Amino acid sequence: MQKEIIIAGFGGQGVLFAGQLLTYAAMDQGLQVTWIPSYGPEMRGGTANCTVVISDDEIGSPMVSRPSAVIAMNLPSLDKYEDKVKDGGVLVVNQSMVDREVRRSDIKVAMVPANTIAEELGDKRMTNMVLLGALLANLDILPVEAVEKALKEHLPERHHKLLTLNKEAMQRGGKYVAAAISA
Amino acid sequence: MAKELMKGNVAIAEAAVRAGLNAYFGYPITPQTELLEYLSSRMPELGRTFLQAESELGAVNMVYGAACTGARVMSSSSSPGTSLMMEGISYIAGTELPVVIVDVMRGGPGLGNIAPAQADYNQIVHGGGHGDYHPIVLAPANIQEAIDLTYGAFDLAEKYRSLVVILADGSLGQMMEPAELPEMKPAIMRTPDWATYGSEGRKKRILSSIYLDPPEQEKTNFRLEHRWQEIKANEVQYKEYFLEDADYAVVGFGTSGRIALSAVRAARAKGIKIGLFRPVSLAPYPEKELFELSKRLKGLLVVEMNAGQMLEDVLNITRRQIPVEFYGRMGGILPMPEEIEAEIDLLVNEPTAANGHPRDRWLARFGKKN
Repeated sequence: MQKEIIIAGFGGQGVLFAGQLLTYAAMDQGLQVTWIPSYGPEMRGGTANCTVVISDDEIGSPMVSRPSAVIAMNLPSLDKYEDKVKDGGVLVVNQSMVDREVRRSDIKVAMVPANTIAEELGDKRMTNMVLLGALLANLDILPVEAVEKALKEHLPERHHKLLTLNKEAMQRGGKYVAAAISA
Repeated sequence: MAKELMKGNVAIAEAAVRAGLNAYFGYPITPQTELLEYLSSRMPELGRTFLQAESELGAVNMVYGAACTGARVMSSSSSPGTSLMMEGISYIAGTELPVVIVDVMRGGPGLGNIAPAQADYNQIVHGGGHGDYHPIVLAPANIQEAIDLTYGAFDLAEKYRSLVVILADGSLGQMMEPAELPEMKPAIMRTPDWATYGSEGRKKRILSSIYLDPPEQEKTNFRLEHRWQEIKANEVQYKEYFLEDADYAVVGFGTSGRIALSAVRAARAKGIKIGLFRPVSLAPYPEKELFELSKRLKGLLVVEMNAGQMLEDVLNITRRQIPVEFYGRMGGILPMPEEIEAEIDLLVNEPTAANGHPRDRWLARFGKKN
């Protein structure tokens, strides 16, 4: 078993943190995991991103050309990564920040109005957690409880007042289950 | 001990601290800066020395001086910064001092960029500084290995009064992986019979790399060479993957080695009997092991993030007895597993005549695209 996830967006959208949270959760589950930020040629193109590889065996490349799943937090990220998702893979899109539909029909697509939901929750910073919740609902990789636990254990104490809100954000995102791939 | 999630640069720094690092001298440079930044708070917290020098030249010469006293010392840098340290590195080698240097390689030559590369293999493995000397060079491919090699590097350096270089690249410095840290040691200050820590009550000692009398210099050179023979006999490290029944193998070190592992697995899934040979000690190189392996193979693919520097060593070691091909990315670009997989397909399905140079064939194939 190996799954690769790319999380991409603008700097400041919580891309790197969402990836780290996933990494902590995988580590706590006893899995092998790598986290690598946008680096080298990936730096170009107005997106910040990180790649998380989760496996039950020693991980080779920490970078992938065809990820199992992508979270695209803005339009440049959608444009850049839509074609790269593996056939049958998962694409979670922040609908609030794009002005088009996804063109591919051979992948599972969850369009999530994550900015709107985060604003409804009263904290714009929750956008990444809404999208992470949607990813976990569509990619069989880690139970949402594992990520909630990781959040509690690895979020600095001073942010613990935000734990409930983070959980709520993930639950809201988790309701966006992609339709089955049309044949 | 439980695993922790750490960035490569930070993991190397903490491993050095736990190995009893007494004093660190350095100068910031991306993609290595987190190492220095971490130590800037961690070392004083433990009452140990952290000093940001005015330049890499200052840093390497401070390390040189501190090593004379018997203290466990380290510096770190990235490619252009390491180039600046070369004079001091040669002096350290000539004075036979135990020093650990971490080089987190980036794209070059020149100022290049801050992306990961392996283009300083020749500089580090085959010298860089002037004169006959041999540093021990260790190339981690993951964060656990970076920790373990750094932790052991100081003992190695002291055992042989040798320079030890941890040769990593920007991606290893920047990535995070769970890893286990070793036991904490107190700051180490040794009193070996050569160190200059104050001569009260005994004859004075002089540490220097100056031997104005050529026969004395040659005597030192022979001592270094004999010591290197001993290091070669005892300190070789490498890792093998899927080689038991392999007809082919990929040879790669550090990051390109671990990326090649993904390609090897994909090729195995297609039924190609291929494995991976990953040298961990680049100096001493696992020469015998690679030669013995090559005798039972139909072909080798060398993968590097440079234009084929280790390739020359592999060609020498395998004595051109079997077909060798090369694939490299340069300038800060990581090879992707699919690219290596395509090269494996080529090696297996369209073997070329063994004459000619693998670098020429690689350039002919890829030069056109660029």
